[in-house]
Amino acid sequence: MKDWRYWLAEQRGTLLALGIFIVMFVIYTSNHPAGFTANVVQTAANKGVLLAFVAMAQTLVVITAGIDLSVGMIFLLTNCLASWLVVGTPMQTTLGVIAVLAVGLLCGAINGAIVIYGRLQPIVATIATGAIYYGIGLLLRPFPGGSVNEDLADALTGRVFDVVPASLVVLLAIVLVIWVPFSRSVLGRAAYAAGSSETAAYMSGVPIRRGKFAAYTLAGLLAAIGGLFLTFFTYTGDAAYASGNAYTLFSIAAVVLGGVSLFGGKGSAIGAIFGALAFRTIGDLLFVFDFDPLWQPLFQGVILLIAVSLGAFALFRVRNRLEWFL
Amino acid sequence: MVGKSDGGIAGRMPKFIRRADPAVLTAFACIVLLLFLGSLYSRSFLSPEYLLQQLKVASFLGVIATGMMLVVLLGQIDLSVPWSVAAGAMMACAAAAYGPVGVALAIPFGIFCGVLIGVVNGIGVAYLRIPSMIITLATNAVAQGLMVVYTGGFSPQDSATRAMRYLATGFTIPGVPNAVIIWAVIGAAMVFVLTRTGFGRTVYGIGNRERAAYLSGIDTRRVVMIAFAVSGGLSAFGGVLLAGYASKAAQSMGDAYLLPSIAAVVLGGTSILGGRGSYLGTVAGVILITLLQSILSVMQMPEAGRQIIYGVVIVAMLLLYGRAPASR
Repeated sequence: MKDWRYWLAEQRGTLLALGIFIVMFVIYTSNHPAGFTANVVQTAANKGVLLAFVAMAQTLVVITAGIDLSVGMIFLLTNCLASWLVVGTPMQTTLGVIAVLAVGLLCGAINGAIVIYGRLQPIVATIATGAIYYGIGLLLRPFPGGSVNEDLADALTGRVFDVVPASLVVLLAIVLVIWVPFSRSVLGRAAYAAGSSETAAYMSGVPIRRGKFAAYTLAGLLAAIGGLFLTFFTYTGDAAYASGNAYTLFSIAAVVLGGVSLFGGKGSAIGAIFGALAFRTIGDLLFVFDFDPLWQPLFQGVILLIAVSLGAFALFRVRNRLEWFL
Repeated sequence: MVGKSDGGIAGRMPKFIRRADPAVLTAFACIVLLLFLGSLYSRSFLSPEYLLQQLKVASFLGVIATGMMLVVLLGQIDLSVPWSVAAGAMMACAAAAYGPVGVALAIPFGIFCGVLIGVVNGIGVAYLRIPSMIITLATNAVAQGLMVVYTGGFSPQDSATRAMRYLATGFTIPGVPNAVIIWAVIGAAMVFVLTRTGFGRTVYGIGNRERAAYLSGIDTRRVVMIAFAVSGGLSAFGGVLLAGYASKAAQSMGDAYLLPSIAAVVLGGTSILGGRGSYLGTVAGVILITLLQSILSVMQMPEAGRQIIYGVVIVAMLLLYGRAPASR
């Protein structure tokens, strides 16, 4: 086989997600009353990148065969924190952004430490830490409010050269700065190896613990970037339990749509980003077709259910019945 | 390891302590500690009325945690609890709007809706082999969507029937709330099923190693599906009781029961990986969590502090005795 065919096989999930996204976006814009304009693209991009960041965060953990049910709450917590800190002079704003990102990193590191060194199950551990992060967020913002440096916010949510949405540029930059180096480093490979077969990786001397820890920590950072962007869009901080939960849920949907295997070891953050954008576009389709907004949660839930059921197709490839019961 | 001839400390302890699960003992020790701390804070903490009231509040969580435990014993998890609870409560109240027949069928109908959610979970986990935490999150989202459409599209009759109120707040035996009796009955049934029936042994077997159970000729998939259906039904029944307690159903009434129901099961010494655990431990876990919540509310801790303390306590206690073996 030629090299490109290996590459194609490896990227199949990502390309499928890209395909779904393009089809959905074409349907969306062609039915949108304003049509395919820079404004529509900008609004869609701004909504999409929020989920894209959280989905990237989820991907890193899912690759290690874990799951992070606290990403939505880290996202909320950093949103509340940013509504306090990212204000004032450029200097203060910069320090505020750094502090918010550091808190996200810390939240991820706490998750990682509890799961890897404390040897607790990721589901239970992250539900519990999610409660803690939500509690701190609620402490910071018992009522929605706060503010953000509006110049910075407008710059990052506006358009570059009046065409390209700035948020997409930031998303691309984050991919280049965080995802690409991570996936090519020893730690990233260790994360993949741990998700693929932890015992085998351990026996081959792969630094699985450090790899998994790095994955959880960077997941916290990515969720914090999402939280920062939420503050840039809304200008406020709001500790809404339902919204945090929804982001956790949607991040899993995006990961699945993006071709990342929930059993670990397979998939890429790029796929999850397209998955996130596609999921958002599908959710918004209801609006361009003039449905009652009440139906949106049900619609999104059904998409999620269908997306996770797609994993069942793997059963057709199973030759030996025993493989069902690993 | 600990034989009769063993002269060590463990050998000299009474038999019931030697046989007990250390996790269950830790949980009961924590209950005593919480009662002690509570009594320092307020004199009325140890009064029979207060303790009975706590038991009544605990019984709602107890019913929900019973279903969760069955699923956790299989090595799975049920994250659809929040909206199974809410759906059970809302649908029971909704049925009450359809005349006398509806009133009579309110409770079974609520439970039936929970069973339906559980069956979808069960089919996904057992037959489609989707990881339980994923499929249950998805059905949770669908149930939420259905309830949002329902409450937004129609005007719900949102008061509980008299029977529901009676089950949750009434007294059949003087002094003992009905809810506590219901929990006791469900708990006894669960203990019977787990320890005396083939189904129970199968549940433990699947939790230990599903392949082995399958190879010994058990229809493991059917057992898994039934367990999820029971879990959904019990969650919904918990919701029905809660609706009776508050005399109405509310949108997010189930949210407060996801973490506690998992925590109660896990803190009670049931392994989250499945195959190991006793119902006594779950009872201890439920009481422990209810007392913790009660102390925090007596201290008038705001919601934020409650969530934080709650998460910290659960992580700390899990680190104490809920750790998985190191990878080798």
